[in-house]
Amino acid sequence: MFRLDKDNPTLRLIVRYMVLTLIALIFVTPILFMMMSSLKPDQQLLADTSSIRAFLPIGDISFDNYKAAFERAPIGMFMLNSLLVTGVTVVLGLLVCSMAGFSFVFLNWRGKSIAFSIILATLIVPFETIAIPMLLMVSKLPWLGLDGFSWGWLNSYRVQIIPFIADGLTIFLFAQYFKDLPKELIEASRIEGCSWWQVYWRVVMPLSGPIIATAAILKFLAMYNQYLWPIMVTQQEQYRPVLVGLQYFFQLNTAWGEVMAYLTIITVPVLAFYLALQRAFIASIASTGVKG
Amino acid sequence: MKITKNLALTLLSAGALGSAFVSTCAFAKTDLSLWYHGAGNKVEAKVINQIVNDFNRSQSDWNVVLESFPQGSYNDSVVAAALANNLPDILDVDGPVMPNWAWAGYLRPLLIDKNKIADFLPGVKGYWDGKLYSIGLWDSAVAMVTRRSTLNEVGARIPTIDSPWTEEEFNGVLKKLKATGKYDYPLDLGMAESGEWFPYAFSPFLQSFGGDLIDRSTYKTAEGTLNGPEAIAFGEWWQSLFVNGYAPGNSQDPADHETGLLEGKYAMQWYGNWAALKTLNKFGDDALFLPAPDFGHGPKIGAASWQFGVSAASKHPQGASDFIEFALQDKYLAAFSDSLGVIPPTQSAATLTTNYRQGGALSVFYVLSKAQALVRPVTPGYIVEAKVFEKALADIADGADVADTLDSAADEINADIEKNRGYSR
Amino acid sequence: MKKNSILTRHNTTGWLFASPGFGLMLLFIVIPFILAIAFSLTNQRLMSPNAAEFVGLENYTNMLDVGILVVDPEIDASGNILVDKNGDNKYPRLRKFTRNNPDYPNVQGMKEWFSFSWGVQKIAIMASDLVFMKALVNTLTFVAFVAPIQGALALILALLINQPLRGIQIFRSIYFMPVVVSIVVVSLLWRFIYDGQNGLLNSVLNTLTFGHFKAVDWLGNQDTALGSIMAMSIWQAVGFHMIIWLSGLQTISPTLYEAAKIEGASPWQTFRYVTWPGLRNTAVLVVIVITMQAFSLFAQIDVMTSGGPLDSTQTIVYQAVERGYGKQDISGGSAMSVVLFLLVLSISLLQRYLTREKN
Repeated sequence: MFRLDKDNPTLRLIVRYMVLTLIALIFVTPILFMMMSSLKPDQQLLADTSSIRAFLPIGDISFDNYKAAFERAPIGMFMLNSLLVTGVTVVLGLLVCSMAGFSFVFLNWRGKSIAFSIILATLIVPFETIAIPMLLMVSKLPWLGLDGFSWGWLNSYRVQIIPFIADGLTIFLFAQYFKDLPKELIEASRIEGCSWWQVYWRVVMPLSGPIIATAAILKFLAMYNQYLWPIMVTQQEQYRPVLVGLQYFFQLNTAWGEVMAYLTIITVPVLAFYLALQRAFIASIASTGVKG
Repeated sequence: MKITKNLALTLLSAGALGSAFVSTCAFAKTDLSLWYHGAGNKVEAKVINQIVNDFNRSQSDWNVVLESFPQGSYNDSVVAAALANNLPDILDVDGPVMPNWAWAGYLRPLLIDKNKIADFLPGVKGYWDGKLYSIGLWDSAVAMVTRRSTLNEVGARIPTIDSPWTEEEFNGVLKKLKATGKYDYPLDLGMAESGEWFPYAFSPFLQSFGGDLIDRSTYKTAEGTLNGPEAIAFGEWWQSLFVNGYAPGNSQDPADHETGLLEGKYAMQWYGNWAALKTLNKFGDDALFLPAPDFGHGPKIGAASWQFGVSAASKHPQGASDFIEFALQDKYLAAFSDSLGVIPPTQSAATLTTNYRQGGALSVFYVLSKAQALVRPVTPGYIVEAKVFEKALADIADGADVADTLDSAADEINADIEKNRGYSR
Repeated sequence: MKKNSILTRHNTTGWLFASPGFGLMLLFIVIPFILAIAFSLTNQRLMSPNAAEFVGLENYTNMLDVGILVVDPEIDASGNILVDKNGDNKYPRLRKFTRNNPDYPNVQGMKEWFSFSWGVQKIAIMASDLVFMKALVNTLTFVAFVAPIQGALALILALLINQPLRGIQIFRSIYFMPVVVSIVVVSLLWRFIYDGQNGLLNSVLNTLTFGHFKAVDWLGNQDTALGSIMAMSIWQAVGFHMIIWLSGLQTISPTLYEAAKIEGASPWQTFRYVTWPGLRNTAVLVVIVITMQAFSLFAQIDVMTSGGPLDSTQTIVYQAVERGYGKQDISGGSAMSVVLFLLVLSISLLQRYLTREKN
């Protein structure tokens, strides 16, 4: 194909765009299906699934499903909970993990390689397999809050945040990135009298925009999509996140239009977050990949 | 809870200040937490809120605080809370799950006068180990839903409670309906629903064949009852439904399950009273709710729906029981029935309802419930039995070897019983 | 971690920097996992009034035990071998041997995993936990297909997206879009796509073939269920790995490409001798990440098939959750987790060993 087109740059360009567009269709149609379905009444939604109409905003179009969805569940509260839990975890996680990554790359200390091996090994522990032991543990952990000392972390934001602040993948990503930073810079800063904290905060972190964006997106996705854990630890509605809220929509007769509306509502913030960070993000992975 | 308690303490210590405070003590009620599985269901929420408000207003000791959970993850939430010692005072529990929670020590027997519930349908009374642990505000029943005209067309006899279809007759009806070529499938079993629907709706078939999930005389073994000749006969029949194209299998489209009967894709549907109003509205007098076929050991349908119990962790079992007893009033039972379409558990409540009073459109379900209902095995091992049974039926429907599958199922149930030291206390 | 000139020892500072992250991971991942290992050596139940007891490796042997059963064909009175209607030798049902038969103590309670003929005899490989064995095979199959296919597709996409075309960022964002949608949401959507009666995929294929395509029940058919889940998983995650490859591509110096052009290299030769060698480190990263993700396959199964039809989509993590949580056998579920951990650990050590040797 490429050889045939060699002589005709315009044709070649058209073919390229066609290929790109066809592939784009494959990626976008299911998401389009979700958004369009959210505008249709149940019966039409289900009838449309067998034809091209599934992707088109035609027929009986309205925002009724959204209205019904907001009446069925406190969606605003679920969103706020998710965004709060996710936001705090991402910010604290970036701090803690970048510090650890910094320490593993630039500092030399006893037990470092064992600690790093342990962190790598945690990458292969699926969360589902440690959920129960973790539940037993957090239900007995102490806490000192504004209202005094208490035992047990259930039904709180902290139980959804603190266990997930540090994770192996983020530490690993930061470490990989830091390895590629010029060592001379660090040395020079030390010679000029910077403390290690200053080196980390004033020299290394300002150079790490791209990796921060990458880690932020990955952590955001992982946190925002939490399901099993919140089911186990949030018995009070006021702490529930969006994916637990999804369960509100599966009743004896599932209203699929409302489900689609809810799915759209909870997907849009993530898309927005990604689009906002994407420039930095793509540049960032560009630099992480270097070392591999 | 903490706040009200502190308030009460403050007031007690301040008692010396004078009797002027005594009257304010009236609002120093003790909180009782209540968990319910109805989150996301507005109609259900309305009734339960009504009961809670009425109860709180009716007395001065307790203040019930409701927390709703989505049904799909309710059991997971409760189990997690139980592990974390975080159970509420009052919680609702699916009937067959109750013995497991009671055995594990998470429920305590109700402090309710047995005479109060003497005339309740047997399916709603949660007895285990000789004690009443839970009580339901309604029951549910399953019927063979179809249309008179559909059956007349193929010349099928319309069965009655006293004279239900036999296995042969039932298979004959399916065959004739299939032969008309008018339907995608003659029978919708509801395979699109997973989970508890399988043991609830289908284990009565097994029982009518003479088998069971477990030997109910001891609750110690499934060998012979789940894989004996009767059970294998049931399994072969079950598989034939799918091999012959009588019923859609595991991958049934959920939308078809919801609307298939109404749209004429299916001729009959094995389904519950909660969906019956839809059918009535569509077909009117033509609609039929028929009793289960008799496969040799009497016609059977499942019983026991959601019920209320008191957690062992509750510091106020009397208050918790009081609330449940309060909820057992006929008007609430009728309200649940009217809004959810469920079966009221007493005759007196039934007379208050639109659909279940004498001659009401759905009164046949009350009769079915009374005549054919059999509770699922009352044992802590039921949780595992139900899961194993569900998988076995799904596998057999997919074409697995019947005897081998039931053997595996019986083995798994027995291994579980052994691991739990016989589920004895 | 290479030694570095500026790195004299900084024990205190090093620990101070690492300890918040490392401490949290010890507390919330390592300790729970050690607890899980401890559970797997007992008969701990999720909820039970009985105290747990140490049972050694019983959970592991119950799960991993396999046996061999050699079966003679059935013969009639005169010693001739009976044959079934397909003309194959007829063998007695294995339940005769595995159930309450003291003559065959090594296969009691076991199920037939697979079998083959050996002369007139049938050799059956028996497993005591057949569902786990199937889950193990399915998980390995899933990884074996998804890791290379997803990696390769991601690379192709990255090459496509690495062209200097106007508006290429738009395509890049679109290809990445599924990554940001929750896998639970994706699985729900794809149930509509894979529906056997009026699913989108069937109707698309039907249109493309002008009605010659016979509708397939993608998730309800043993032969297509796991493949369908693989395809969806790849669809969801390929954009992420595309970006990783893209980053690798962008680090390759343009002068190398120019040199190749001057030498008159074909596109394939350019890829083979310039691009690919420059991507080796990226490849290692991609393969490791995909492998680890693939091994923890759970949500798709939970939403779409619950392990069916006929166990064709059972996976280890799904079984571990079903066993530990659904069936309240937390010790059995934990044992599965530990086996999975050891499996992935040995594979990644192997991967590291192999890649190290090449460098």
